[in-house]
Amino acid sequence: MASNGKTLQVDDHGRLRHFLTIDGLDRELLVNILDTAEGFAGVGERAVKKVPLLRGKTIVNLFFEPSTRTRTTFELAAKRLSADVLNINASTSSATKGESLLDTLRTLEAMHCDMFVVRHAESGAAHFIARHAAPHISVINGGDGRHAHPTQAMLDMFTIRRHKGDFASLKVAIVGDVTHSRVARSQIHALVTLGAAEVRIVAPRTLVPPGIEAMGVSVHHDLRKGLADADVVILLRLQNERMQGALLPSSHEFFQYYGVTEEKLAVAHPDAIVMHPGPLNRGVEIDSDVADGSRSVILHQVSYGIAIRMAVMSMAIGSHAAAEREDG
Amino acid sequence: MRMRIDGARVVDPSNGIDAVKDVFIADGRVQGIGRMPDGFEAERSLDASGLTLIPGIVDLRARLREPGAEHKATIASESRAAARGGITTLCCPPDTDPIIDTPAVAELIHQRAATASLTRVEVLGALTRELDGLNLAEMGALKEAGCLGVSNALKPVSDTEVMRRAMEYAGTLGLTVFAHAEDPWLAKGRLVHDGPVATRLGLPGIPEIAESIGVARELLLVEQTGTRVHFCHLSTGPAVDMIRDARAHGLPVSADVAIHQLLLTEEDMDSFDSLCHVRPPVRSHDDRDRLRAGVRAGVLGCICSDHQPHEVDAKLNPFPETEPGISGLDSLLSLVLGLVEEQELTLSAAVTALTSGPAEALGIDRGTLSVGAVADVCVFDPAERWVLDDANILSRGHNTPFRGRNLKGRVRYTLLEGRPVFEAPTA
Repeated sequence: MASNGKTLQVDDHGRLRHFLTIDGLDRELLVNILDTAEGFAGVGERAVKKVPLLRGKTIVNLFFEPSTRTRTTFELAAKRLSADVLNINASTSSATKGESLLDTLRTLEAMHCDMFVVRHAESGAAHFIARHAAPHISVINGGDGRHAHPTQAMLDMFTIRRHKGDFASLKVAIVGDVTHSRVARSQIHALVTLGAAEVRIVAPRTLVPPGIEAMGVSVHHDLRKGLADADVVILLRLQNERMQGALLPSSHEFFQYYGVTEEKLAVAHPDAIVMHPGPLNRGVEIDSDVADGSRSVILHQVSYGIAIRMAVMSMAIGSHAAAEREDG
Repeated sequence: MRMRIDGARVVDPSNGIDAVKDVFIADGRVQGIGRMPDGFEAERSLDASGLTLIPGIVDLRARLREPGAEHKATIASESRAAARGGITTLCCPPDTDPIIDTPAVAELIHQRAATASLTRVEVLGALTRELDGLNLAEMGALKEAGCLGVSNALKPVSDTEVMRRAMEYAGTLGLTVFAHAEDPWLAKGRLVHDGPVATRLGLPGIPEIAESIGVARELLLVEQTGTRVHFCHLSTGPAVDMIRDARAHGLPVSADVAIHQLLLTEEDMDSFDSLCHVRPPVRSHDDRDRLRAGVRAGVLGCICSDHQPHEVDAKLNPFPETEPGISGLDSLLSLVLGLVEEQELTLSAAVTALTSGPAEALGIDRGTLSVGAVADVCVFDPAERWVLDDANILSRGHNTPFRGRNLKGRVRYTLLEGRPVFEAPTA
């Protein structure tokens, strides 16, 4: 079922036009993104932290949902590529005055932008924008509803590859609230596409969406079994609002059964790494000893995020430039 | 006008007719099928050889958007689409604005429909005042104003005691309750079928049991109150089984299905196609197949358009922010004929579900070509191919996932009470 995105995301030459979801992209393209990001990983360590790839291009961070981490890393990535960046916090602007999403889009297009980085509370928002934006504009999904967060997933893959090398032998456990997580969905697609040996979901039944097995994962409800022999342990953020209603009795009980501690990690592979997309809820999904411990690669994830976003931005704008040259 | 229609294949399941016969119409009524009444002199003769003649279609549920949402459609605009589609009676749910909870609104709709005079428009009255699910509407007054039944449209009646009393009261008046059976707690804040596609797209899903629980509660209340209930737009296989069993036990219940539920599945919204955003949602292949079987077995006695025309903007948003519904009047007959072509339905079962089935659910004397019956007639060319494109959609709403589809079978004449309200231009 590759129709969710591939034709929209990739042009006839296999180049990335938009980056909306991992679903439907092939392995070669994902590896290409990771390899391109390797080339950018050193830029931040130089005295002059810039490359002139996107000089003269304008990138709009169009955020309909508040975000600090994702927005700032996109902004830094764009600036290191020498692009001009416009940050629009749409949750406090025209959207609240009743302007339709399409009208907001048209207004920004009229300012001759080249790329939209979009975050939106509704699943499918990035697809919608990509489908309706002017043809010269690339759309990068910075997270839409529960659907996808592909740059986060790719920075996670980058982190895994840096620490573990190949994916083929890896057992990966994703622990926590999968139902509400766009990060988990994108990670699953990426891991399965990159050929991870085993992808496990570990959560109580209230936080596992129906039919998730069809995405290529196994489902575990017992944390110890889920972590057994795992090479990579990915924790998901449990949002506070999940404590209201009937999904979970309390954060305390969640931590008892699904919070990852050093003791519970003992069953994992001795060289296992622990990842988290942030922000952390210490004492809910992760114990501080684990978050700050030797297996944690959480801060690496953040810095790799800039390289991944540079890679995706340059590839998407590059494909448009190439397409224009071919047309001309 | 005295009229004869010669040489058509007449399909009238209510009278067990499927044969080439001449049809004689006068004074707005059927005067003879296959046998000319004595002394009949036609003022107009139509040669319908090669065409199929059925009773005018009765569409059990169509929203015309008037009053309240005239930017989407009007009674006049949708009446034209109905006549073009061979639909001679359609029935509006009460969720207009203002809601049909007073006789004045019912009268206004009847009046506007009479002015357009292209199709008969029936209405359902509100079950509860303002569809609030708490206080009974004045069902007696609504009945006197011509409402054929009562319904809470898509609004829930969460309180079982209210539903019980509403059914008892409707039953007292002999009104059928048209129910949208869905557990409101399992449906709240969700919009698509709770299955693998919803999981992959990250869209909150309504589980199948939301419908099963809704149907189960309503069936128990039917048993308790004896009130006749019609179940609207079923979407799941288990609900079909429950209705089948209830009917076998003699409960006074009937049910319908929207045409799109017989054609679409969750996979059709795979790329966030907002044109497939409907309520209840399109579900799995298995559900779709069991709904088709339900029509074949006569458990689902009616196929309706569930027509919900929208302006373009209503669908131009991220999927969860779009308005649900498909514009269906223009394509209802042709899509059903497509199922006949695929041998999913017999022509007789299809015509029953479009004519006598819904007429029976509404308790009206239509959907039949009995001698003496009102001459509502649809004559179509079963071989004509056409494309459902913008030029061919007469409804103001062009929101249909079937746009661009090649269809087979198209209306040539529609007669309302013996009067031609649509005639296809001769080629």
